[in-house]
This record gives sequence, structure tokens and C-alpha cells, in this order.
Amino acid sequence: MTRQSAGSKLTPPVSERDRIQGPPTASVTLVEYGDYQCSYCGAAYPVVKELQARLGDRLRFVFRNFPIATMHPYAEHAAEAAEAAGAQGKFWEMHDALFENQDTLTDHDLVQHAVTLGLDAARVASELTEHTHAARVHEDFMSGARSGVNGTPTFFINGLRHDAAIDLETMLAALEERR
Amino acid sequence: MPNETTNDQRSSTSHQSTALLAGVTAPDFTLKSTPDQTVKLSDFRGQPVVLAFYPADWSPVCGDQMALYNELLPEFQRFHAEVLGISVDGIWCHLAFAQSRKLRFPLLADFEPKGAVARAYGVYRSADGTCERALFVIDAQGTIRWSYVSPVGVNPGADGILAALEALTVNTVTT
Repeated sequence: MTRQSAGSKLTPPVSERDRIQGPPTASVTLVEYGDYQCSYCGAAYPVVKELQARLGDRLRFVFRNFPIATMHPYAEHAAEAAEAAGAQGKFWEMHDALFENQDTLTDHDLVQHAVTLGLDAARVASELTEHTHAARVHEDFMSGARSGVNGTPTFFINGLRHDAAIDLETMLAALEERR
Repeated sequence: MPNETTNDQRSSTSHQSTALLAGVTAPDFTLKSTPDQTVKLSDFRGQPVVLAFYPADWSPVCGDQMALYNELLPEFQRFHAEVLGISVDGIWCHLAFAQSRKLRFPLLADFEPKGAVARAYGVYRSADGTCERALFVIDAQGTIRWSYVSPVGVNPGADGILAALEALTVNTVTT
């Protein structure tokens, strides 16, 4: 039984503006609102990877930024860094690097990750300084607030908030149910 | 008015509760926000108030819920809305909690007589001596315009509050 509260509908729906893995023909879409400094998001990261491995092309995965910046001082810049990497075509590589290295998220670390990923690190650094991607991160954040995101991570399955546990078994069952 | 329909449905579809509903005058109260300062609801006449009852400082769900409202303060301020957290915890407990979570809005202590304000709003949980996880959006004239009681273990998020504040703005413009 998947619980779902009134008003917990993904707004706006997934579109071309989103960071997407998996084909548009996938039968089920999983959207995560996440914060790179949040330990619960870090714990959910391998669960999502495993879901993707198991479901393959049947699953489309979308990540939207929801940095809780007052509690997580590095979260906002980390989100902007992932978007900066995205501007150079390597969003997911940075997304993975951040979740796999949650204890190295200072500005210096973020630029180091950019170097490791073979990005134009100077451009990433200047885009962080100029907050080039802050507006997009805020757009994600507000869409989350409007959609009923109540903490991180919050997942939506085919547009409806997933209020049950975030472990492999529960998520797999929820995804299969909606497929 | 799509917003109003959604809001009415939310009030009525929440689980059985005695919480005051939209249309009722919000009971006035005066509670401590710091050891030597008090907050009086009617002092906020002229602006909307978001009253967020929660069961207890420090419980994981509340922490997230208050952190979320903290993060959304600039958004609430766009509606000139004041956010007030309220629970039966004492003022020193609130202070430590607010400091730890870096909260930038007041937490009110419904401490003595315990839960009196929660009772007035119909959201006291006498079985465990705390209050419901209940949200009230009060308009500039002091009337409740939206209320919602969440299952106690579920963080209600902010979408309902934002929709209710938006509906207030729309109504102000049209009337």
C-alpha cells in the first residue's frame, strides 16, 4: 500500500529542462529531489543505482535540486557545480562524484572534481563565483516546495510522492506496481 | 477557483480531527517566544500568519519540517506572511532547538497551561500530551482561511501553505 497525501503531485511534470537518465519510452519515471550534502540522499544513491541496474530501459530517472542550505552549508554550491558540469555535458558524472564523495564538498573540492572529470575547471570555478546556475537550482527547489517535497530525499513515482520507505525492496515494489 | 477547491478538499480529507476549519476566527493567544519576549497573534493583524503546530522539538520529522519552512522564509515573505512554529515544549528547549537548526522564525511555547492554545485550535493530543502536526493559514483580518492536519508521522511539506497564501492574494485582488 503506497501512501500518498493530497496535493503531492509533481509540478511541473518532467520535461526537456530536466536532468534525465533513461529513455522517454520507459514505463515508469522516478524523480528525486535531493541535496548533495544530505546523508539520507547519500544513502539513497546506491539504491537508485541498483534500481536502474535492475529495471534498465523500463526506468527513467530524473534528479532535481533541493538544497537545504541553512542546514547544509555546502549543498547550494554542490548543486550549482553539478549544473555547471551539466553545462559541459557531464551532469551525471558530477552528480555521481558528489554523492560518492560527500565529505569533500568545499568549493576547492568541487573544482578538483571538475578537474578529475576532465571538465574546463576554470569555467566551473567562475560559474560558481558568479552563481550562473543558482536560478536553475532555485527553480528546482521551488518546484519541489510546490510539489510537496518535505525533506530530502523525496521521490515521486510517475508524478506521485512516494511516502513509504526508501530501501531497495520497497522502492522496487512501488516501481513495479506503477509500471 | 481551483485553489479553493483543492484547499477545501485538503481540510476535509485529512484524517478525523477536531481542528478548526476555514472561516472560523483564529483564537487569539499570547505565548513566549524567548525567555523574556512574548508574541501575540493579534499583533499580526494586517498580514497573513502561518501557524505550524508540531508535536515536539528534536523529533526527526519536525526537524525536517521546520528546516523546510526556514528555507522557504523568503518565499513566505513575498506574501508578507509571518511563520510561527508552536509546540508544548518549554522556551529553553525551543531556544536550543532553534539554535541547532539555525531557525530564523519564532517557536512559541504552549507550555503553561500546557497545550492551552493547541486545545483552542482543536489540535491537542491528550493521549500523549503533545499536539497534532497541524497547519493554519490565517488572513490579515485574523480569520482562518485554510487548515490541515497531517498524520503525526508525516511531514506535511509546504505546498498546501503556499497554495493557501496564493489564494489569499487572489481573493484580496478580486474583492
